[in-house]
Amino acid sequence: MDPSSLAYQEEVARACGLALDKRILAFASEPPPSEHPTDLRSHWNRPLRPPVNPAARRKVATQPERVLDAPGLVDDYYLNLLDWSPNNTLAIVLGRTVYLWFAETGDVVEFCSVGADPSTSTATPTAGSPGDSVTSVSWTQDGAYLAVGTNEGDVQIWDVEQSKKVRSMPGHQARVGVLGWRDHLLSSGCRDGSIHHHDVRVANHRVAELTSHTSEVCGLKWRGDGAALASGGNDNLVHIWDARSSTPKFTKSEHNAAVKALDWAPWQLNLLATGGGTHDRHIHFWNSTTGAKLSSIDTGSQVTSLIWSRDYREILSAHGFPDNQLTLWSYPSLGKVVDLTGHDARVLHTAVSPDGMVVATAAGDECLKFWRVWERKKVDKSREADAHTSRPADKAAVSDDGLSSAFERKLKIR
Amino acid sequence: MLAGTTNKFRLTLKGSTDIVTEFFEYGLNSILYQRGLYAPEDFKSFKKYGLHLLVSTDEKVQTYLKTLLSQVERWLMASAISKLVLVIISKDTRETVERWQFDVQLEKDPKNQDASITSRGLKPEKAIHDEIQAVLRQITASVSFLPILDEPCTFNVLAYTDKNAEIPPDWKDSDNAHLLPENAQHVRLRGFGTGVHRVESLVAYRSYE
Repeated sequence: MDPSSLAYQEEVARACGLALDKRILAFASEPPPSEHPTDLRSHWNRPLRPPVNPAARRKVATQPERVLDAPGLVDDYYLNLLDWSPNNTLAIVLGRTVYLWFAETGDVVEFCSVGADPSTSTATPTAGSPGDSVTSVSWTQDGAYLAVGTNEGDVQIWDVEQSKKVRSMPGHQARVGVLGWRDHLLSSGCRDGSIHHHDVRVANHRVAELTSHTSEVCGLKWRGDGAALASGGNDNLVHIWDARSSTPKFTKSEHNAAVKALDWAPWQLNLLATGGGTHDRHIHFWNSTTGAKLSSIDTGSQVTSLIWSRDYREILSAHGFPDNQLTLWSYPSLGKVVDLTGHDARVLHTAVSPDGMVVATAAGDECLKFWRVWERKKVDKSREADAHTSRPADKAAVSDDGLSSAFERKLKIR
Repeated sequence: MLAGTTNKFRLTLKGSTDIVTEFFEYGLNSILYQRGLYAPEDFKSFKKYGLHLLVSTDEKVQTYLKTLLSQVERWLMASAISKLVLVIISKDTRETVERWQFDVQLEKDPKNQDASITSRGLKPEKAIHDEIQAVLRQITASVSFLPILDEPCTFNVLAYTDKNAEIPPDWKDSDNAHLLPENAQHVRLRGFGTGVHRVESLVAYRSYE
């Protein structure tokens, strides 16, 4: 290179702000690509801590209020052996016997048994064939009668005050794992997948037969207004029925395991929550008007039951392995409010107290625990008065087999 | 050394190189985090220089930076590097969007360090850390004035070296200094000195009228 062109080059370099004795090197390899696209705006807009709302700040007692022994509680997921009546009486089935625990006094009585057992005292009224056992219990809406489903397929109604069996409504071919009342209509779900509606006032009690489930029915819940019924079975299906129809209005196959946990939201008629068993672990929320799935939670554990709060926008789920906990979720945000642990085996059954504050849980560890999950909100006087007047306008009327023909009023099921 | 000066120490070239390299590591990681080049979930907070600094947990990014900085360290030892530049480039247009420049100068000639222990070479470690802390704080704070990167971006690292510096194969002569257009905004940030090296920092970004 001749001196003049060298000088020229230097001149150009200086004009460009480059130094000739320097080299600009670039690291040759491309930086690894970003795995996730990022938008800084959303990052910076994110609040540092979630907004404080009073519901989230609410303290929930993480210890049970009371613990009772429940020796001989059958560890079977498909049964429903616990129910809490509006009269504040808890019915729990231990083996073949139904016990009543009176929440106000704390007294326990042996209420009734099915199947003969020479060792049990004769003082307890007994019904049914020997070797039978109780597989489900359910209180009427006024708490005066207890429906009892048995292993041999019988559905019985017991009068609480007189401690005697009022009637027996056979018809199922296998055990009756779940019962649900709607006024004078008692629905029973059977191991063979059938659901029967029994009108308890009439002799010919079986008024409808729903046969869409192909496997044991373990979840059954009437909606608060009685216009719809949700059922879940071991065929992993959830059916939503119109009360007037014997074909399901919607069939939901999203669950991958038996569906025992079902509950209708008390404050939103068409909101249904369903929870699946061991292989599913999900809670799904449904709109029963459109059949649409609204949202889901993967809980990481089998869902054995679900309870909506009456006053709070919250739902409580009971679980099995690994933590055997109760989890309280807020709705619709689906944030976890609190985990309540304490059982050593899966929570089998839950029941909520008539005031909607305390939840009783019976677990495979043969313990019955009472949790004060919800506190009473500040009482709204007008609503309170409302609730009292509109209360049991129509009590479930139950009659003897012999007298049933006297009842003219029949529930029409189309 | 006198007893009274034990809280000060004279850095060797090696010691100073380590400090500068470490600063680059945290500095580059901070920029990658602050400018959203990688998702915030992929960073973990470390306490360093009295600050919580975010360092990428993505192994590929870590390896990339380690490889790059090990060469920078060699150049620092050879006193052959004068600038380290991180350029943020638009993925689609390959245009330079932002340019973070770190100028490295020697504060004193390491070859003559035995000749005299000047007071310039003496600096307590804490003072160095405080200066570095101030620079990193400014990098963090710069997101408040830098424009949001609207397009997907990637980055590249440039090194300005001596003409006859040793060049490993993974570094190539750049045909492009990734300079920003005339109307770009330049913001000079703080610098720090170790007594051996002086590092000044500067960020340039495209300005939008």
